[in-house]
Amino acid sequence: MENNSNFESRKPPVATTGILGWCRQHLFSNWVNSIVTLLVIYFLYQLIPWFLDWSVFSADFWTNYKGELIVDRTFCSRVADPEGDHGACWAIIIVRFYQFMYGFYPSEQVWRVNLTYFLLVVALLPLLIEKIPGRKHLIKFTIVFPIVAFILLYGGFGFQVIPTNKWGGLLVTLVLGVFGIAIAFPLGILLALGRRSQLPVISMFCTLFIEFIRGVPLITLLFFGMVMLPLFLPEGLNLDGLVRVLVAVTLFQAAYMAEVIRGGLQAIPRGQYEAAQSVGLSYWQMNRKIILPQAIRISIPSIVNTSIGLFKDTTLVIIIGLLDLLGIGRGALADATWMGLSNEVYVFVALVFFIFTFSMSRYSLYLEKKLKTGINMGAD
Amino acid sequence: MKKLLSIFAVLAFAFSANAGTLDDVKNRGFLKCGVTTGLIGFAAPDDAGNWAGFDVDVCRAVAAAIFGDSSKVEFTTTTGKSRFPTLASGEIDMLARNTTWTLSRDVNLGFEFVGVNYYDGQGFMIPSALGVDDATGLDGATVCIQTGTTTELNLADFFRANGIGYEALPIETNDEARENLFAGRCDVYTTDASGLSATRAQADDPDKWVVLPNIISKEPLGPLVRHGDHQWGDVVRWSLNTMIIAEELGVSSSNVDDSKGSNIPEVLRLLGVEGGYGEMLELSNDFAYNIIKQVGNYSESFDRNIGPDTPLGIGRNLNALWTDGGILYAPPFR
Repeated sequence: MENNSNFESRKPPVATTGILGWCRQHLFSNWVNSIVTLLVIYFLYQLIPWFLDWSVFSADFWTNYKGELIVDRTFCSRVADPEGDHGACWAIIIVRFYQFMYGFYPSEQVWRVNLTYFLLVVALLPLLIEKIPGRKHLIKFTIVFPIVAFILLYGGFGFQVIPTNKWGGLLVTLVLGVFGIAIAFPLGILLALGRRSQLPVISMFCTLFIEFIRGVPLITLLFFGMVMLPLFLPEGLNLDGLVRVLVAVTLFQAAYMAEVIRGGLQAIPRGQYEAAQSVGLSYWQMNRKIILPQAIRISIPSIVNTSIGLFKDTTLVIIIGLLDLLGIGRGALADATWMGLSNEVYVFVALVFFIFTFSMSRYSLYLEKKLKTGINMGAD
Repeated sequence: MKKLLSIFAVLAFAFSANAGTLDDVKNRGFLKCGVTTGLIGFAAPDDAGNWAGFDVDVCRAVAAAIFGDSSKVEFTTTTGKSRFPTLASGEIDMLARNTTWTLSRDVNLGFEFVGVNYYDGQGFMIPSALGVDDATGLDGATVCIQTGTTTELNLADFFRANGIGYEALPIETNDEARENLFAGRCDVYTTDASGLSATRAQADDPDKWVVLPNIISKEPLGPLVRHGDHQWGDVVRWSLNTMIIAEELGVSSSNVDDSKGSNIPEVLRLLGVEGGYGEMLELSNDFAYNIIKQVGNYSESFDRNIGPDTPLGIGRNLNALWTDGGILYAPPFR
């Protein structure tokens, strides 16, 4: 087949390459798409400048339009001058930033929270960066991190005890989210293996547990932790409110995690099990070295998905009276000094949640790329 | 069988042998008080993270009575759903959270309301442009109403009894009601009068809104404790009464020191100069002095948190002393 050489190589038509081609192909491929594109552009044109103006250009930060320092709502430009064109009043966030981050944690002890946040980053490093030096040792730290964090935050071992009713804001949100996810993950693996176990007692127990927890909404479990759990405990023993909630959140997340991982387990071809058994690996060796690494790898998107879901669900704790990030925001609105600035508070809380959940979702994409989860296991 | 019974008896004894709440609180060194997660004027954290408000002051008064230090309180935030279990389980010693005193809560839930610190009632708020000055003139109005509450039932009763009609716009939260009312999607918002005042205070121009004088339900709000520990109930009851009696007698945080030299016998009894009334409660004799000095009397707390000079701007009305046309009335201190 030599006849290709008879033709001069020509460039593709202008309308199919470059920006123009891309636009034509993706935005204006037919008249329905064209209308949708134009509508979306129109809405963005209306929305984005308005939002930027409200949130940045005509917003108050520390001072109002007269240049006065804002100490309560009456100083906010949009309250002081309702006729004028003024945007958000971020002073409520700035003045209460400490509360939004730490709740009522005593300020002379707050270095402990900051240190915990820092250690959290250190603990995440070996998970985030594969080629970090000393990864093996760092992983060990990651495993003991929850214990270190607990001692730092709560106290004991020479630290002053800070009761959890002083915790609040982002601290509570992160404690529930991070501890909930970190404890639920291994628990979920065990439950998933247990549900597929050939020992009927174990499999029945795991199935019952998973189905029961998945069968009720999280809010029911939170009430269970808040109201019923104390009834089962001996008189005088009062389990801390936050711990009770954490138990409920962890059990809830573990059940979902178990089902996600079971999905991964079921995708592993039978041959993998048989191969592992034929080289003489025990049940635990087989799962640890052959099955789970593959199963977890293909479950990553769902694992992250349920984790993001849980992170956002932690705001439900406000119903039982814990002041998480959202709760602190609503508390600020209930202070006569700042009442009525709900838009600012809710936008700020949404932004903080978005930062965390978006980072989680980006991390999952990075993992998927790194581990090439899209490729079929057998051909890998 | 006998053995089993004796085990039960021992167990029952073990449970009943608990020290009283007052002793628990004294040993612990601070009071645990349940408040709302935030309600304008009644309880909210200030910028420094300290709780303040009209309900919070009741907690502080009890702490001042026991420890002579109103700061020895730890606040537990509770919601409408979690408040009763939290109190029943002993996580908090008392609840001061705008809770309406009703028969079932007092009797069936096993609590004891020790008094009323705020007489509330369901009212109506409308735009002043509507030109209506009585709720019976609201025939055909669209009413913003929180679903699943007693206010919904009261509303239906009121309109039916007056033979007028209305259209309900169901909403879930206060915020939602506020937005709907200010946007003109409903003509009337009905909830407890204190809540209406809070909503009105958040308007860009509060003068454009009026709270009608009609009050269509009784909502006596007060602090409560667990059933059964009467000694503890007495401490909380008389801490609250002290604030009211102090207003009656004209004793306030500013003149409490001078009042110790007063020639009115009840003032002297109140401040512990004469008689051993504190000891009867197993408190120090100057417990009332500490409350008045550190928290103030009823009117001081009212004016500081919800009174006419605050953004809420609530008048005393029903909550005025019985001598001033209200129904606030405390038993004598003797």
